[in-house]
Amino acid sequence: MANLLLKQLFLFDPLSIFFLIVIGIVSLPSAIYSIGYMRGEYKRGKCILAAALLIVFVFSMCMVVTAGNIFSFLVFWEIMSLVSYFLVIFDTKHVKSVQAGLIYIVMTHIGTAFLIGGFMILYKHANCLDFFTIKNICQTIPFQTKNIIFLLLLVGFGTKAGIVPLHIWLPYAHPQAPSHISSIMSGVMIKTAIYGLIRFVIFILGVNQTWWGSLVLVLATITCLAGIIYALMERDLKRLLAYSSVENIGIILLGVGLSMFFISINKPYLAVFSLIAGLYHLINHAVFKGLLFLCAGSVYKATGTRDIEKLGGLIKKMPQTAAYFLLGAMAISALPPLNGFISEWLTLQAFFLGALDVTGGTKLFLGLCAAMLALTGGLAAACFVKAFGITFLAQPRSHYAKEAKEVSFSMKAGMFFLSALVVILALNALKIIKLLAKVASVSTGIDIGNMSFSLNNFILTPQIANNVYLSAPLLAAILIIFAIVAYAVYMSFGRQKAVVYKTWDCGYYKLDARNEYTSTAFSKPFRIAFSFFLQPYRKTQKIRESFYHVKSFTYETHTTQVFKKYIYDPVLALVLKSAKAMRRMQPGSIHLYLGYIFITLLLLIVFMRKF
Amino acid sequence: MTIILKIILFIVLAPFLSGLISKIKNNLRLRKGQSIFQPYYNLAKLFSKAEVVSEHASWIFGVTPFIVISSALTAALFINSISGLLLLIFVFALGRFFLALAALDAGSSFGGMGASREMFISSLVEPAFCLVIFSLFLQSGSTNLTVASIVSGIALFLITVAETSRVPVDNQETHLELTMVHEAMVLEYSGRSLALLELASYIKQMILVILVARIIFPVTMPVFAGIIIVAAVVALLEVSVAKMRLFRVADFLGVAFVLGIIAVVCAILGV
Repeated sequence: MANLLLKQLFLFDPLSIFFLIVIGIVSLPSAIYSIGYMRGEYKRGKCILAAALLIVFVFSMCMVVTAGNIFSFLVFWEIMSLVSYFLVIFDTKHVKSVQAGLIYIVMTHIGTAFLIGGFMILYKHANCLDFFTIKNICQTIPFQTKNIIFLLLLVGFGTKAGIVPLHIWLPYAHPQAPSHISSIMSGVMIKTAIYGLIRFVIFILGVNQTWWGSLVLVLATITCLAGIIYALMERDLKRLLAYSSVENIGIILLGVGLSMFFISINKPYLAVFSLIAGLYHLINHAVFKGLLFLCAGSVYKATGTRDIEKLGGLIKKMPQTAAYFLLGAMAISALPPLNGFISEWLTLQAFFLGALDVTGGTKLFLGLCAAMLALTGGLAAACFVKAFGITFLAQPRSHYAKEAKEVSFSMKAGMFFLSALVVILALNALKIIKLLAKVASVSTGIDIGNMSFSLNNFILTPQIANNVYLSAPLLAAILIIFAIVAYAVYMSFGRQKAVVYKTWDCGYYKLDARNEYTSTAFSKPFRIAFSFFLQPYRKTQKIRESFYHVKSFTYETHTTQVFKKYIYDPVLALVLKSAKAMRRMQPGSIHLYLGYIFITLLLLIVFMRKF
Repeated sequence: MTIILKIILFIVLAPFLSGLISKIKNNLRLRKGQSIFQPYYNLAKLFSKAEVVSEHASWIFGVTPFIVISSALTAALFINSISGLLLLIFVFALGRFFLALAALDAGSSFGGMGASREMFISSLVEPAFCLVIFSLFLQSGSTNLTVASIVSGIALFLITVAETSRVPVDNQETHLELTMVHEAMVLEYSGRSLALLELASYIKQMILVILVARIIFPVTMPVFAGIIIVAAVVALLEVSVAKMRLFRVADFLGVAFVLGIIAVVCAILGV
């Protein structure tokens, strides 16, 4: 056993290195950011504790993606989960943190239990723990067993990634941690689950069933839509971002699932291409979600609240944070020419190109998935218009927002670093695609030697003129040139200065922050259109002085968490009920317990003799 | 060079289409109506006027007109190929994103209302638009008039109605607080900024109308004839139906989505 463990402790292939890079580029700025963020927030001792936990957390994630055998993978996976649990409950003053931590630790262990189940079956067949031996043995495993392993791993990693309906912990745990930790958790930690899926399902197990990819695609579509609809309803800035992480995991999984699908129907080109799209979105999401969480942390630090209904007008108090948040919001809404646009564009193209190579109903299936991705994009744009518009624009809605100050240098430095990466990842798309092609080729085991990923050969690109094809820098240049031309025209029509005056108020003379549109109002059309899913509840109450004069008016609305209500709550009730029933077996009598032990022993002996 | 010429042509002709539609509308209502060149007069007037900017507005409000017009012009570059159409979704989204932010910027509730509704409508437009492009992509190569292309053209027509703020989704002529969508977003704009925004929406309308005309009508027919027919249908629709409630718009776009699915199915069957 001992030499089984030591064999192949580490693995450094392009896939691992890619994930190491992702971990590095998000953790570093988050760590820099934490210097300013933690100061003044906690006592000195606690700050040192946080720094230590951060180091262990990042280290464990690095080890997870470089582990070369199942045993060390699981050990570091557990360390990662436990350390992140401590970071979730770090803010022990809040009862919410402890609750969030509890949900997180329970869910993550359910996930790990499924993983262990899957790994045990693998071990039973391979009699070995290291990845390459198992990979070779996997070709001989019967397909029914493979199906079971796949499902176990999907649930296990899906819990960590936050696939709907296993996402339930994510919106509680991520916002509760200190912001730089939220940034790492949302930006990187949930991606280790994607690493697990690629490593174990695509790389080791090998996809040969078409329904695997289809199942992942369906789950990914549901994850996208549910995630972004919940995000739209949210008024807590960090929870909004956490729900949006659920959505983006869905988009990443669309790429990964599509790749699995194409592997199983033996379309190597498309399989590599889809995986590139998925991995590209993965690194993009790591960067802009990290950025957005850091910005949300700055807003929290400056105002002391995360409730966007109490914010507003921050663009004037915190111009730099606002600019970084705007950049992140644009990227996550897939606006050209930023990086989110490029990866969503690639994913859409993978669907389009794939549809040419399949037949009949599958075409329609891929088309519908693409349409749902487009819907997700539209809703994401609405969500981030709300997040940025309500938080940063117009007049401050409370004194918290009125007295906000720009954050310290180290925090700005962390945000700047990630903002720069957003731009870099967008403008160097072609190089990155080539690098990701290597990663995808190793993961899928497909030789890309004779494949070309140049712009006009493989990737569908709009042609502007003869032999001029679109690329990210060119698109950026076009947009900027047109804007400059428009500005020149604007200036040439006279230079009279704009008159600054009150906002149009229909003659009502005291327009103030209370007249502004709120986050809840902004999301109302969506709440009504998706009411079948959100099941909104509203209560209005008027207190009248007389028939004509309403003294006060209360309005209450909230939405129902359908997954919690119809899946988790019944299960929880069942567990509690059975626990109550089981309690009768435990009356406190030592004689009875001795009896139990004796019966168990007898049963075990019979069991061992029998088999 | 041809690109620059094309862009200038777009800028010059786009207001004409708007004037044409309102002229047809007025004639259908048996009114004499404004001149067909009225949009040009409006633009000229706006360009020569000074601006009023809200005291609460930030730099977002200032840069938005340039980003919106830039996105509309960029979109005009890419209407020749199918993958360019896919890009259209994203480029339009850029302009809309900033317009919605600018609407929130001044802190009036009209702006917020407009932004919220515009984002609502546009997010429901996107899946239908994507399906239409998907159907066209599957049929690409064939220039024949097929059932699939007609159905996708009709779906795109409904999308055009929604995207260009026409009745029954929105009403360009109204300034009634509770019914306006696009107008509510640009309510705080005036002068040259408003002129740029108006021009951008004319260009966007032109792009979409051209697309519909090219998809529905056979290639042998001149594009201009197609554009005029589509414009006439838009005008006819505007005078003959009433504006919908906002929440009925979801059903309207649901029809566009279902038509998109039918178009994809037709394209798969090859009819």
